[in-house]
Amino acid sequence: MNQDWGYGINKDRQIDFDRNDRRLAEYIRKYVPSYKLCISCGACTATCSTANLTDFYNIRRLNIFLMRGEIDEIAKHIDKCMFCGKCELVCPRGVNTRQVILIMKEGIKKIKQNEQL
Amino acid sequence: MKKHVFIIGGGVAGAEAASQLVKMGFDVTLAEKETQIGGKLNQWDRLFPSKRKAAEVLDFINKNLVDSKARVLFNTEISKISKQNGGYKIYAGIEECTADAILISTGYDVFNARIKEEYGYGIYENVITSVDLEEMFRNGNKIFNSNKEEPKRIGFVHCVGSRDEKVGNHYCSQVCCVTAVKQAMEVKEILPRAEVYCFYMDLRMFGLQFEDLYRESQEKWGVNFIRGRVSEAAENIDGTILIKVEDTLAGRPLKMKVDLLVLMVGFVPSAGTTEIGKMLNLDLTPENFLKPADEHLDTSSTNLKGVFIAGTCKSPKTIADTFADARAATLKIKEFLEGSEK
Ligand SMILES: Cc1cc2nc3c(=O)[nH]c(=O)nc-3n(C[C@H](O)[C@H](O)[C@H](O)COP(=O)(O)OP(=O)(O)OC[C@H]3O[C@@H](n4cnc5c(N)ncnc54)[C@H](O)[C@@H]3O)c2cc1C
Ligand code: SF4
Ligand code: SF4
Ligand code: SF4
Repeated sequence: MNQDWGYGINKDRQIDFDRNDRRLAEYIRKYVPSYKLCISCGACTATCSTANLTDFYNIRRLNIFLMRGEIDEIAKHIDKCMFCGKCELVCPRGVNTRQVILIMKEGIKKIKQNEQL
Repeated sequence: MKKHVFIIGGGVAGAEAASQLVKMGFDVTLAEKETQIGGKLNQWDRLFPSKRKAAEVLDFINKNLVDSKARVLFNTEISKISKQNGGYKIYAGIEECTADAILISTGYDVFNARIKEEYGYGIYENVITSVDLEEMFRNGNKIFNSNKEEPKRIGFVHCVGSRDEKVGNHYCSQVCCVTAVKQAMEVKEILPRAEVYCFYMDLRMFGLQFEDLYRESQEKWGVNFIRGRVSEAAENIDGTILIKVEDTLAGRPLKMKVDLLVLMVGFVPSAGTTEIGKMLNLDLTPENFLKPADEHLDTSSTNLKGVFIAGTCKSPKTIADTFADARAATLKIKEFLEGSEK
């Protein structure tokens, strides 16, 4: 079955908004409503030691992946946060950033265990 | 007998309203706490959008005011205002005046950049504000850092004290984006070899000619724009400033050493605006500016009969909008004093 035919079907690069998985996004919006206010200014990334030293997708990028429903990307990165809270100090929109990470972790765990969100 | 209008604050708004009201046939007294007319304009060198000298606009309002022969009280603040016979009694400095109507044009203050401690204003010598930069322009276009050297790289930080939950100011101050673009071009004019960077969250070029200024700054002057909010600034041993930002379009954190960092400070209601508002118990907007009676239909009246407002005591504004607003207020005052207003 697993024969290599030398060609395959390329997954296109578009964000498919009709199909994306909004479960985690809705969950976060419900429990950390301040995340709705993110304007993607990047101050959190700029100040985040983890984002400066590793390929950690900080709060800003996580929000973009969240809105696109790319939960796997989030799951790959989320454990890198050290909960230092610096991002929260600089956020001009008052996003409760550490709560975002906590609730995201919780949501991802539930999704992995096929629990209802 | 001529009706008397008392104006508090002699910036663009108060001075223009005074000369217009005299033309309409009213007696006018203008109280200004400083020794000169013009308010903030006295601190600016050249103005957007046309880069004309602020002094030209100042000459215009000063000449009109002198020609109008409106009574001007300098060095005068208001200690008390009380109601009297359907009008008001105003204690202005050592004088007591009665007035049939009051116009408040006490303007704005710039945001105190020291509050945003993470940018280091007042701590690092090479962090200055847009107001300080105007002063350098006025003093013969000499731009130096603290070592008296010409800066090779200059950064402008947008939205300092505006659009920021952390300092309690949610609103946009409207003019600082275009001011940054104007100042960036002026810096390039004086120091053609310097690199200039603007760090912004959104560029708000709302005026008809503002987008052209933005284009000109890129096309003619090579000003660079990086989309990201600066999170903090730190001082290097040599006095240069290290800033941290995310280049959000590249999706990567970025650090940069600049020789001079300019903070684009926003608008807050002036101390005088807050004080007079309190004195008269005027309604305030959620941003603590003075609130107009109606946001569309009557932006010159207040919750108090006979008390009117004009200029930046109501909201951030350009000079052109301040002029227009002052003239609108004079019409409303005329309507009120001539009894056509119900
Ligand atoms: C850095 C910077 C650059 C700018 N550049 C431009 C530009 O290039 N072009 C442009 O269109 N706009 C520019 N602006 C905006 C411009 O400064 C304002 O539109 C204008 O000054 C508003 O005038 P105003 O009369 O409302 O207020 P103000 O200029 O603040 O005048 C208020 C007056 O009231 C007086 N006053 C206050 N309290 C009392 C009191 N209790 N009793 C008596 N008097 C009192 C004050 O002393 C002052 O004279 C700039 C703003 C900033 C911050
Ligand atoms: S709390 Fe996490 S995301 Fe925020 S600055 Fe610290 S490590 Fe970075
Ligand atoms: S600092 Fe706040 S508003 Fe800016 S990108 Fe981060 S979470 Fe969003
Ligand atoms: S005009 Fe520009 S710099 Fe000023 S507060 Fe608005 S967005 Fe920020």
